[in-house]
Amino acid sequence: MSCLQTIHDYGLRSLGIGERLLPKNDFTLCEQFTLIGSGMIWNVYFGIMALATGFLFATALAVGKASQNKWLRKPSEWFIFLFRGSPLFIQFFFAYFFFLSLKKSYPMFDAFTSAWLGALIVLFLNTAAYSGEIFYGALRSIPKGDIEAADAYGMSGWARFRRIVWPTMLRLAWPAYTNEAIFLFHATTLVFFSAFPAWQQRGDALYYASYFADKTFNPFVPYPILAFYFILLTLVIVWGFGMINKRLNRHLPAARQTKMRFRLNLAR
Amino acid sequence: MFSYCADPDTLGTLRWFSCYLTNGVHFSFYLSFLKVLGLLAVTAPVALAFGFMGAMAARSHFPPLSWLGKGYIAIVRGVPDIAFFLFFVIALDQAFEWTRHKILCPEWTDPIRQGNDFIVCQAAKLPLGTAPEWVHETYGFFLAIITFSIVFGAFAANVLFGGMRAVPHAQLETAEAYGMSRRQTFWRILVPQMWVYALPGLSNLWMVLIKATPLLFLLGIEDIVYWARELGGTKTSKFTQYPHGDWRMWYFLFLLVFYLGMTRVSEIGLEKLMRKLSHGQATSGGELLRKETTA
Repeated sequence: MSCLQTIHDYGLRSLGIGERLLPKNDFTLCEQFTLIGSGMIWNVYFGIMALATGFLFATALAVGKASQNKWLRKPSEWFIFLFRGSPLFIQFFFAYFFFLSLKKSYPMFDAFTSAWLGALIVLFLNTAAYSGEIFYGALRSIPKGDIEAADAYGMSGWARFRRIVWPTMLRLAWPAYTNEAIFLFHATTLVFFSAFPAWQQRGDALYYASYFADKTFNPFVPYPILAFYFILLTLVIVWGFGMINKRLNRHLPAARQTKMRFRLNLAR
Repeated sequence: MFSYCADPDTLGTLRWFSCYLTNGVHFSFYLSFLKVLGLLAVTAPVALAFGFMGAMAARSHFPPLSWLGKGYIAIVRGVPDIAFFLFFVIALDQAFEWTRHKILCPEWTDPIRQGNDFIVCQAAKLPLGTAPEWVHETYGFFLAIITFSIVFGAFAANVLFGGMRAVPHAQLETAEAYGMSRRQTFWRILVPQMWVYALPGLSNLWMVLIKATPLLFLLGIEDIVYWARELGGTKTSKFTQYPHGDWRMWYFLFLLVFYLGMTRVSEIGLEKLMRKLSHGQATSGGELLRKETTA
């Protein structure tokens, strides 16, 4: 079987399109590359969706935590503590069984027990908490002069926030936020290893990699392939976020436009 | 455990729970918490040692050694840690068996990798087929500890390498002016001072390590996640004296609270340690402490 045929059969296998049965024996390199790559669709889906939805919520959380009002501050603090203080792995398990028991009483929660929605909600809440903490830190280090200048121009409330506070917050938080994005994409590999079932063997990249490792009892091929895909994905994220960073900093004089340095210290 | 537990059907709710939570399998559940704490207690120092060696290697002036150290640090950055866990558990096991096979069965001529099988002679099996159950479990736990140490050692190397570079250069130059050798400068000047710079990263790492402990479940250890799934599942009166519905949600809620407690306690402890280490240091934290005491 040629490699093109394999890609045709298994390229979209993780979405349930193509050949129904996974290869059983005599695995070729091409099959492993194709299936693990096909699984990456899920990792990218979870990562992008969680980042996109989590971003707005994170901003709200950061503003809430920095607020003077106790009724806004306390819930934000607790939310951030809850999701940053416990392992994502346990959060997945808890959420899955929580949705499962909800489903028993209310059938409308059926979709929540499948990975595409249930796991996405957990990832959304999780990344919102981590990014919220990052944004909160940035919010507190906005130069005082910037706010005073805004006041001097007669800006207040929403206009000041949208035109001064928020862009500056993003600019300061961006390197750390890039880090968080990378870790979020890595965390998506946990989904199908926690309770969420990979229905009809439609799993993510790590699901297929471990499938191959279990079948061949040889970890030295599938895991490096997975590593290859993830390093590629990391480079794409770094590039994409670097572009946004450039745009956020474009008003600064060239000397102060420090290039974003990716010392990927652990964010979590 | 209690004498009135002989017939659970007759008990009131509170007494029923006191019996239920102290039955035999629950003690395995409680014991698995000790496994988690044991893993933390062993992994943290071992990973720190690995990290220290990695950082030392990365600083080396001998290129191959420096590449080795830098490669070790770089490799865990781009790839999900869970992939490393799954990889190392099989890879280490095979490496051990392969080595033993080469030493113990030199007369063996068949290839070890035959198609989809990994075949070594009986004497090289780890643990031996005849070994009792506890040896198998201990071996699994041992592999898990090495795996955790390798992965977190790389993270620690990254942090320590940064900490070593953050020590003011003037300090090292002063040491040189006093006529200290490179080795002396490293051990007497650099190492004592780097901790305060490395501590924020290391405390972060400790938090990450705590939150990575449930991954033991994926390495095939009967840890808290395993028992929470086992005990929480629906039980009918056919198999147990304590039938109940699907309680897994509550068991995992309990684990969630357990981890929240762990991270909270660590946070408070690390803050205290940071205060202690900042004392008398030429950092903004140390300056703050100095002002507090003089004011």
